Amino acid sequence: MSIVSMTAVELAAAIKKHEVTVKEAVEAVLDNIEKKEDTYHCYVTVDREGALKQAEEIQKKIDDGTLNGPLAGVPVAIKDNMCTEGLLTTCSSKILYNFVPTFTSEAVLNLQKAGAVILGKTNMDEFAMGSTTETSAYGVTRNPWNPEHVPGGSSGGSAAAVAAEECFYALGSDTGGSIRQPASFCGVVGLKPTYGTVSRYGLIAYGSSLDQIGPLCKDVTDCATILETIASHDSKDSTSVERQDTDFTSALVEDVKGMKIGIPRDYFGEGLNPEVKEAVLKAAEVLKEKGAIVEEFDLSLVEYAIPTYYTIAAAEASSNLERFDGIKYGYRTEEYQGLHNMYKKSRSEGFGAEVKRRIMLGSFVLSSGYYDAYYLKALRVKALIKKAFDEAFAKYDVILGPVAPTTAPKIGESLSDPIQMYLGDIYTISINLAGLPGLSIPCGTDSKGLPIGMQLIGDCFKEKNLIRAAYTYEKARGAFVRKEEN
Amino acid sequence: MEKQYETVIGLEVHVELATKTKIFCGCSTAFGGAPNTHTCPVCTGMPGSLPVLNKQVLEYAVAVGLATNCDITRYCKFDRKNYFYPDNPQNYQISQLYLPICRNGKVEIETEKGKKYVGIHEIHMEEDAGKLVHDEWNDCSLVDYNRSGVPLIEIVSEPDMRSAEEVIAYLEKLRMTIQYLGASDCKLQEGSMRADVNLSIREVGAEEFGTRTEMKNLNSFKAIARAIEGERERQIDLLESGEKVIQETRRWDDNKGESYAMRSKEDAQDYRYFPDPDLVPIEVDEAFLDRIRERQPEFREEKMARYKEEFDIPEYDIDIITGSKRMADLFEATVALGAQPKKVSNWLMVETLRLLKENDMEPEDIRFSPEHLAALIAMADKKEINSSVAKEVFEEIFKNDVDPAKYVEEKGLKTVNDEGALRKTVEEVIANNPQSVQDYKSGKEKAIGFLVGQTMKAMKGKADPGMINKMLKELL
Repeated sequence: MSIVSMTAVELAAAIKKHEVTVKEAVEAVLDNIEKKEDTYHCYVTVDREGALKQAEEIQKKIDDGTLNGPLAGVPVAIKDNMCTEGLLTTCSSKILYNFVPTFTSEAVLNLQKAGAVILGKTNMDEFAMGSTTETSAYGVTRNPWNPEHVPGGSSGGSAAAVAAEECFYALGSDTGGSIRQPASFCGVVGLKPTYGTVSRYGLIAYGSSLDQIGPLCKDVTDCATILETIASHDSKDSTSVERQDTDFTSALVEDVKGMKIGIPRDYFGEGLNPEVKEAVLKAAEVLKEKGAIVEEFDLSLVEYAIPTYYTIAAAEASSNLERFDGIKYGYRTEEYQGLHNMYKKSRSEGFGAEVKRRIMLGSFVLSSGYYDAYYLKALRVKALIKKAFDEAFAKYDVILGPVAPTTAPKIGESLSDPIQMYLGDIYTISINLAGLPGLSIPCGTDSKGLPIGMQLIGDCFKEKNLIRAAYTYEKARGAFVRKEEN
Repeated sequence: MEKQYETVIGLEVHVELATKTKIFCGCSTAFGGAPNTHTCPVCTGMPGSLPVLNKQVLEYAVAVGLATNCDITRYCKFDRKNYFYPDNPQNYQISQLYLPICRNGKVEIETEKGKKYVGIHEIHMEEDAGKLVHDEWNDCSLVDYNRSGVPLIEIVSEPDMRSAEEVIAYLEKLRMTIQYLGASDCKLQEGSMRADVNLSIREVGAEEFGTRTEMKNLNSFKAIARAIEGERERQIDLLESGEKVIQETRRWDDNKGESYAMRSKEDAQDYRYFPDPDLVPIEVDEAFLDRIRERQPEFREEKMARYKEEFDIPEYDIDIITGSKRMADLFEATVALGAQPKKVSNWLMVETLRLLKENDMEPEDIRFSPEHLAALIAMADKKEINSSVAKEVFEEIFKNDVDPAKYVEEKGLKTVNDEGALRKTVEEVIANNPQSVQDYKSGKEKAIGFLVGQTMKAMKGKADPGMINKMLKELL
């Protein structure tokens, strides 16, 4: 097996056994980036020199025994909305074209403590707003399964980098499906943890009450290992939760006997591509054969998730993005008359169309006279959606469904119709509204050879149920291999 | 008959809390410091940074709320107030609109017209903004974020005040209460207490309120009183000449004694307030409230009553001393060290007030320690120093908090109690001033004063004048 085909955990083990050096791993993956970046464009920034330098330091620490964790020495790619000290962080936006943070986000720090080598920053939809990675100011990322298709989004660069073996694993962020959907489109494993599990400190906010960082990786073992590494209670993030149960790798158990799995009928209705439906139900069948109790139920309120999500996320985004004003950092227009004009021109020129659309939407729903009718109402619906899930989890350990209604669309197909693009988030966003964990795992391909993802949803703090079910399924499914690329 | 108008006033008072660190980060709140040195990613609004509430801010806000008879909101939240300005690094201010920490309070005030209550609509917590500095030389504006994130509470009164006297009494009451709590030093001049005056007028007997204006930039009680008078006159003039009062924000220019409009309600911004999703709601439980209640200090009224019971000092003194928490603390600490209350009170009422006035200081600026004042009083009691030396030493204590025993020793100011030496000097003075001796003997009682002075001079001030007097009379 070539080095770049190893999983993160496999590579760390090989490094520990002195079969591979950290430098060899970094060079191998940098070579692969060199070879493939022109086609896929997964990265905004590749930090070649920095990675090689880190490799040396980390190798020393592995050799002297100070680093011996399951990810020590493994190169990782970071979504470009997580601050990295001294390394350009753009959110794939022109407005942050020159922004170099003075501190590193907590999740990335946790990885660095575990001996990760930061390769660079991955492309994304601008400020994580989009489902295709096409809204990036730095060009589109292409799907490694078929470069004419999008990789999904907003963590499309991270998902594609994992799929194209341009990194061993990656961090993404998920506000409405931004980890799970690209994982599904690119045939990799992605997990959005329970809100509060991974610190948001250093994550450039989109929808603060919904954002959560999580892993994109090659298999469930890597997924549990990475989550265990990045989860931490952080006193710098008021919404961070102190958990005693972050030993997620303990759930890597091939056993679902007696596990109750609910399949929401509402997730299999109109709009769902039949090939996706078939693949997901087949996967459910596999879990049933392994001893899980699988039954259908009605979740309800699914149709309200999209308007609720776009109201809340846009409202928060309109405020979160106010700080990008050309005063302190980032893009400032060249010519302007006075302060107001400078704000207006800098922001008009610095933000892309989708970001502007959401800022306008968010400003509207928060404006005087509309606040009660839109924002407050959305908060009430959010509470009802949470309640519907609470009722479901009184009966089931895991909810199983598709990640997205379709497989990856072709590049250029989605942006012309934003509403259609928003509808693509229907199965993922209610999980963010309810703060729940959700995992995406490949469960087949469609007739075009594009990957299909199955989504496993758990109650708050029940990631272990998801990991156990996904691990069991993965063992039964066998390797999920891409047809060799041309 | 001329119309009679009533003034209706409500206040918005901002108080800077005396926490060591800022409201949402660990940066220092200390004054001064080179620009942007008391800053971090949080208070400069860097992408990815997050606020975390400083618990001390909540404790102070609740303490002020309890002291002003407010209901404490058990489930309270922070909201974002969105507006673009360079001194506001995130372009939103974290404040409270929907669920402020305190509501429905009242404080009792007293003016010449008697006692009354002023209602408190709400008290909320918020962060201060940075400061814009215009660089004339380079013709550009610079921002200093040292003040950004300094904690404030805003105390919003009901429109219950009817005169400048009531406004001043209310402000004094708030200031005293907050100073006693140690929650702020409440200095108007330095901006740690700022008051905006909402004022309207209506005909006496009218039920409905008139249109109000909001007056800003009021830096002293005197400016507030003048601004109230000025705005009342301006509004009366408008109504009398058939015009209307426009709801607007005005800025008071105390030098010119007039105000001008800053912005009217028409161009009032929509702040798009909404709950800050980065901060979790605050749940105030009974145990927390009990802790704050236990820590509440003895407030001024209680202190005045106790002083009347405990100490034999005039009511006037009690009024002045309890008028400043610092002064009252100093008084009690000095008395606790064994000094006689009346003597401590005298030092505070006479010399301390004189020196404060001379140095343009407020009682809160007093730096000297009760130990040194007590020691000084003890030395004077034991006649180790005479009263003029004591005053001289006190000035040093006031300025530099010197140890009086050491200072007197070093400067050789101790009273000479050696009777032999004194007698020798007195004899010399008598010998050298035959005219005065003659005057005294012929009945001019005053002449003895001159002889005492001459002796004091010869003793370089280090003698007890009573003793000299006695000795002179003996010898003559």
